[in-house]
Amino acid sequence: MTELFRLTLKEALGFVSGNRSKRDQLIQELTDRVKTVDQKVNAYIHFDPERFNRDQEVPASGPLYGIPISIKDNLTTAGWETTCASRILKGFVPPYDATVIGKLRAAGAVLFGKCNMDEFAFGSSCETSCFFPTRNPWNLECVPGGSSGGSAAAVACDEAIAALGSDTGGSIRQPASFCGVVGLKPTYGRVSRYGLIAFGSSLDQVGPITKTVEDSAILLGAIAGHDPLDSTSAREPVPDYTAFLNRGVNGMKIGIPKEYFAKGLDPEVESAVRNVIRDLKKLGAACVEVSLPHSQYAVAVYYIVAVAEASSNLGRFDGVQYGERYPARDLREMYFETRDRGFGNEAKRRILLGTFVLSHGYYDAYYLKGLKVRTLIKKDFDDAFKNVDLIIGPTSPTPAFKLGEKMDDPLAMYLSDLYTIPANLAGLPAISIPAGFSKSGLPIGVQFIARPFEESTLFQASSAYEAETNWRKKRPAL
Amino acid sequence: MKPKPTGAKSAQPFKSMRDIEQVIGLEVHVQLKTESKIFCACPTRFGAEPNQNTCPICLGLPGSLPVLNALALDLAIKTGLALNCEISARIKFDRKNYFYPDLPKAYQISQYDMPVARNGHLTVEVSETGQALREKKIRITRAHLEEDAGKLLHEGIKDASWVDYNRAGVPLLEIVSEPDLRSSQEAFHYLAGLKSILQYLDVSNCNMEEGSIRCDANVSVRPKGDSKLGTKVEIKNMNSFRGVQRALDYEFKRQTGMLERGERIEQETRLWNEAKGETQGMRSKEYAHDYRYFPEPDLVPFSVSQKKISELKASLPELPRARIRRFLTDYGLSEYDAYVLVSDKSLGDYFEACVKEKANPKLASNWIQSELLGELNSRGLALSESKVPAQNLAGLIRLIENGTVSGKIAKEILPLMFETGSAAEMIVKEKGLIQMSDSKLLEELADRVIKAHPKPAHDVKTGKREALGFLVGQMMKETKGKANPKLINEILVRKLSS
Repeated sequence: MTELFRLTLKEALGFVSGNRSKRDQLIQELTDRVKTVDQKVNAYIHFDPERFNRDQEVPASGPLYGIPISIKDNLTTAGWETTCASRILKGFVPPYDATVIGKLRAAGAVLFGKCNMDEFAFGSSCETSCFFPTRNPWNLECVPGGSSGGSAAAVACDEAIAALGSDTGGSIRQPASFCGVVGLKPTYGRVSRYGLIAFGSSLDQVGPITKTVEDSAILLGAIAGHDPLDSTSAREPVPDYTAFLNRGVNGMKIGIPKEYFAKGLDPEVESAVRNVIRDLKKLGAACVEVSLPHSQYAVAVYYIVAVAEASSNLGRFDGVQYGERYPARDLREMYFETRDRGFGNEAKRRILLGTFVLSHGYYDAYYLKGLKVRTLIKKDFDDAFKNVDLIIGPTSPTPAFKLGEKMDDPLAMYLSDLYTIPANLAGLPAISIPAGFSKSGLPIGVQFIARPFEESTLFQASSAYEAETNWRKKRPAL
Repeated sequence: MKPKPTGAKSAQPFKSMRDIEQVIGLEVHVQLKTESKIFCACPTRFGAEPNQNTCPICLGLPGSLPVLNALALDLAIKTGLALNCEISARIKFDRKNYFYPDLPKAYQISQYDMPVARNGHLTVEVSETGQALREKKIRITRAHLEEDAGKLLHEGIKDASWVDYNRAGVPLLEIVSEPDLRSSQEAFHYLAGLKSILQYLDVSNCNMEEGSIRCDANVSVRPKGDSKLGTKVEIKNMNSFRGVQRALDYEFKRQTGMLERGERIEQETRLWNEAKGETQGMRSKEYAHDYRYFPEPDLVPFSVSQKKISELKASLPELPRARIRRFLTDYGLSEYDAYVLVSDKSLGDYFEACVKEKANPKLASNWIQSELLGELNSRGLALSESKVPAQNLAGLIRLIENGTVSGKIAKEILPLMFETGSAAEMIVKEKGLIQMSDSKLLEELADRVIKAHPKPAHDVKTGKREALGFLVGQMMKETKGKANPKLINEILVRKLSS
């Protein structure tokens, strides 16, 4: 029999089948798996499932009954420490659940542990965590990607059945591609942000990181929907996403943006994505070239808009109400010391950048112009989606890079989100699914982008491709 | 970097303060009357235990998000309409970023470039000592919605400060006037007029003690006749309308004094110290905050339909100016009386309730303004706490009108009504205060008085009318003041002229 920790979410549902002792058995095996493997991977930062489960009141039934879900540590969990992998939030125990956490609990899921991440989701490698870097299960010398690196690594090495991450500029999709798993960033407004500790409020979305496309559809169905506590959440009805699986891509029109295959794209990644296009054509999809002319400005715009919002969102970490406060003689010193010691370098860099672009005299030149270009980037997609149902491209320009490789070169780090950022700026749903391996054995991801609220199209196309491949059969050796 | 000085380079000396005028613009923060806060469901109730009325949202806990209270927006639009403003078709919020422990998110959700209302005006009645009422139109620049901050507590705490977030997230409407006010007196009347409108709209409790109206002032001085504004000084921390007046007077003297001495006025923010009766420098322009305003991404901009605005407009109650006009035509009151009664909505309501109970309007107006308010003042009571409801005062006025009691007796009855809460008729009956109007009894009494005082009676007969007063007084004394003065006058005159 298969080891239980290797089960997909769908398989785990079949195994547990509403049975309490089966649930406990699954959680026990998964816990043992973490105890064996996580010392190498470092995916979890708060892991105490016995306490977690004792504290939790889990309903006796529900569509996700008994399924352990691992949570990125920027989602608030009532009664459990939530730190965003930042020193400034160490010891912070929120009194309330994020809406998605509440939904998981109500569905009978078990909150399994809190996953490592880049500090406040600032990073693409999981190295800016104040705790420790998470490692890529496929090669422990490599990063798992970020910022949801802990969630992606945990799913990849079967330390989790499924996980939640958050994606502001690629933070779900890029680590999913680095770790060879499925990562979905839903449409902006599809999933409630209430309880997601904000980075870039107009960009952030919570989404599933899973072993299969089917698991992604199940988990999205469980967390999506309008939330009266989040004014930016949409009133769109939530379809049964699993109904779109295995419908095939026959007749589907898929756009290939020429800008996504330009300089800087690793040849191995390019050929993997070209192979996916070839396979989709074989399955009956029509693939045409499209243009997203403003995508070259996406990274620049992102590092104006996202950091501006972040600089404001992070103002509240001042040592007054929660988190670590440094004793000081006066208010000013308290602010300076608390924030100086509490924030890591990347957080400070982004706060400074964001403060600068919003400053008097610079606002028009940076923030306002950024918003205008953002509108153009969105318009590129609107135009493209007049002719195609789906856009395909690489998730990341390269497979996972080495730990430390880009830590001293923020620009190089920022460019690793080149292909993922546009979907955030345009608010579009996008998914990364495994598309093969590099010669050195590192996973490569392919990205699909769809029209707003057409996650169903993403599931339809990616499940069709997934069914044609065997990438998931290969597991990291740990 | 030190900014270049702006404004007058070196002030010209002035011959006298009369050549200089004060230019004032006011920023008034009005707490809107909603049950719950502007972005969460916490109660706005005043006087709760510290931090009792809080939740993750108004505490700004990580991950929490705001949701706009629809009623707060309605109240803001109504106020804007009553102030003759254009209402923004699109509602958008912005973040005003600054650090202070009473501001839980380190930004205040406010409205920067798209206030809910703008380009309005308020016409107020200005009364100055020795002068007739005059109307003055004050332009309203804008009114915008925002959330209040918490409160720092320092008293009785050693080496620390405490924060009470009960007030954090309470809905405020900031109403900004153009610099159209020219004296502290005008400022006072503007505030009174604004407060009056807010009361009529029922959009705020308008309670200064609870901080539901707060005011900052922008003040400058300039030679009369100049169109250019002088260097602006902002004054904060004024806790009452009188405080505003005093602070403006103080600042006028300070600024004109500086000009007379040839000093340059610096742009700065000053705090009013009520106890010392002076303004004190707080921060200069160089230390002015850069609030880094930007659109609040957690609240999606949305449109307000013209239909909605029309509905709110139709729902506006009669406003003070219209009511004053009605009091003039319907009740024949003087302009001043109408103004006094109307400016306090509850007083106007009380007056109309009296009239509805068949009290003579002019008598009612006089009695309310002198006797009723006098009684309330001496007892330290608000009108709402009065033990004399309008129907009781109307009852008393009716007794005066139909001659049952004299005005003098009525003035003795009113305090008893306050003490007992009884109707005037009851007191009159119990104490036997009914005016003697029985002419037969009074005729007999007159005969007796004339007999007892032959000298004054003779004087009256021979044309010395002054003596009549003495005889009237004697009759009043005999009747313990209950005789109808008009009637005894008539009787005495008739008897002594025959």
